[in-house]
Amino acid sequence: MSSAVVTGKRGSTLRSASLPKWSPWAIAAGSVAAAVAIGLGAGLGSKIQWGLIAAVLFILGTYVIASWVEGRRQAKDRIATSLVWVAFLLAVVPLVSLIWTTVQRGVKVLDVYFLTHSMGVVADSEPGGGIYHAIIGSLEQVGLATLIGAPIGVLTAIYLVEYGRGALARAVTFFVDVMTGIPSIVAGLFILSLMLMFEMQPFGFAGSLALAILMMPVVVRSTEEMLKLVPNELREASLALGVPKWRTILKVVLPTSLGGITTGIMLAIARIAGETAPILLLVWGNSFINNNPFSGAQQALPLYIYQQYANSSGSTAAYDRAWAASLTLIAFVMILNLVARGIARWKAPKTGR
Amino acid sequence: MDISTQTTDAPPPTPQPTVTEQKRNARGATRPGDRVFLGLSRGSGILLLVIMAAIAVFLTYRASLAISKDHGNFLTTFEWNTNLNPPVFGIAVLAFGTVVSSIIAMALAVPVAVAIALFLTHYAPRRLSGPVAYVVDLLAAVPSIVYGLWGALVLVPHMNGLFGWLDHYFGWTGIFDWQGGAPRSMLTVGILLAIMILPIITNVTREVFRQVPRMHEEAALALGATRWEVVRMSVLPFGRSGVISASMLGLGRALGETMAVATVLSPTFDIQASLLDPGGGTFAQNIASKFGEATEQGRDALIASGLVLFVITLLVNGAARAIIARRKEYSGANA
Repeated sequence: MSSAVVTGKRGSTLRSASLPKWSPWAIAAGSVAAAVAIGLGAGLGSKIQWGLIAAVLFILGTYVIASWVEGRRQAKDRIATSLVWVAFLLAVVPLVSLIWTTVQRGVKVLDVYFLTHSMGVVADSEPGGGIYHAIIGSLEQVGLATLIGAPIGVLTAIYLVEYGRGALARAVTFFVDVMTGIPSIVAGLFILSLMLMFEMQPFGFAGSLALAILMMPVVVRSTEEMLKLVPNELREASLALGVPKWRTILKVVLPTSLGGITTGIMLAIARIAGETAPILLLVWGNSFINNNPFSGAQQALPLYIYQQYANSSGSTAAYDRAWAASLTLIAFVMILNLVARGIARWKAPKTGR
Repeated sequence: MDISTQTTDAPPPTPQPTVTEQKRNARGATRPGDRVFLGLSRGSGILLLVIMAAIAVFLTYRASLAISKDHGNFLTTFEWNTNLNPPVFGIAVLAFGTVVSSIIAMALAVPVAVAIALFLTHYAPRRLSGPVAYVVDLLAAVPSIVYGLWGALVLVPHMNGLFGWLDHYFGWTGIFDWQGGAPRSMLTVGILLAIMILPIITNVTREVFRQVPRMHEEAALALGATRWEVVRMSVLPFGRSGVISASMLGLGRALGETMAVATVLSPTFDIQASLLDPGGGTFAQNIASKFGEATEQGRDALIASGLVLFVITLLVNGAARAIIARRKEYSGANA
């Protein structure tokens, strides 16, 4: 009888005490309730402060309760877990708010009229008008930039993977890495210094050149990764049949990695489509429709958003247009992203063919 | 026939693979198609180097034009009057503002980004971590002007409460002193920049944490470590260089960010101790907001400040790449 008591005791001491599984939820609920009480009691207006108070209470509460029941090591573990969760939730708030606000305020004026009319006869402070001219400008500038940037990027990647050895390849690799980090406004200033030299007026193609500079390193990087995934056996098989190296690259290597390369280019397009700074310096913006990217100022979606915000001295109509244009731009970028990822999954390099 | 001459020319003791490689290259280069293709691809590689060199050369040239006319000290003058004759301008305020806003952004973003990366790799339930990682990827693609618009119209009004609280309890430090102006200040800019660079730092850090050898973690677990002890003893030491380089990539973005700062900040050309009062400026923001009214002389001055920004980002990114290069497996370049 006594032995039974001893084993029972030993059983309880072998496993140290631990909090029940529902305890984090309980502590969370308690701290939120306390935060609401404090917020109401102290008359704090901002909901952000309520959230911060709740987060602090949750972390403190977890630590105190856990170190009392489970000991210091477990308490530290729990506090780390709750910190990680709190950080995650904290970061989600602004990002959700960004998407929510854009959608909610963007749908107000976003309709077919908005997409098919320009700002030609509409003052910035008045309602009406649209983004047709900006869409045209963006498509032309980004399209031209892609025509320049994508081939150069892909060819450079081919050089690095298929031919590159020695100092030149190492230099190119390093500077591609560095080029990824060039601020977009510096690329704009570079083209601007060329334009000052030749005394040119702003036009769409100048913006395309700056965008192409920003696009190249991104395309090089992603294409390089894709080409490296092509199995060497494919190249060797082709070369062993006596096919010249350039035909091997064109007919075997590129088709195998085409899906990945397309994905990379589309992600790069998504990136440059949102660039404002170079467009601001080089293309200027224009309320009228200008279909010719080689002469005269043009408009672009990101620049349109900025000008609607900055030049309208707080008019609600202009802000609404800015949000609607933002929604259009985000939708364009997201669709490109989703399609690119879809292609990447669908056309993933097949190895055993 | 071609092949036989090659083999007899090659010295017999050379190892087998090198011989075949030489053969392939030598034969490849003689075919016209191959020569054209090699020329094209090598040419675009060289073109990239030429562009980088041209950026440096042209910016330096225009900058030297501006600085030679400058009647202030380019590094220490607290003024930006480029349309005067002679012009007086200096980058002291811009350098200060750029550094301060980036420091705030880094101080806020890096810990949170590391925590989110840990959350995605070690804490989140598997059903949650996949979609969240996907959303983080997409958020990295949101254009900066949209962040700017959101910052100016949504974040700024929400900062009033926080600023009042900081002023009330920490106003005595001087850093958090607030005169009650609109909260379009360095702190707001820093917070917005932190939100913007969060996705990229998270992405790169997550990749690094994923590659922590399973054995390290299991060894720690087998010794009875709690999850936090596993993270502290195996994950963080392994990922340290990755976290540093990810932070520097984020820093590069924060330093060069233009539109988000231009929409949120109400700039002045002086340095003030308080982070809450509106004022100050950054390199990129100054270029965007002064460009419209600048004459050719003024544009050259802006190009000179852009050159400084270019050099700074070059150094930061170069350092980040150097750290990454030591661990080649997780180059964050495609993030």
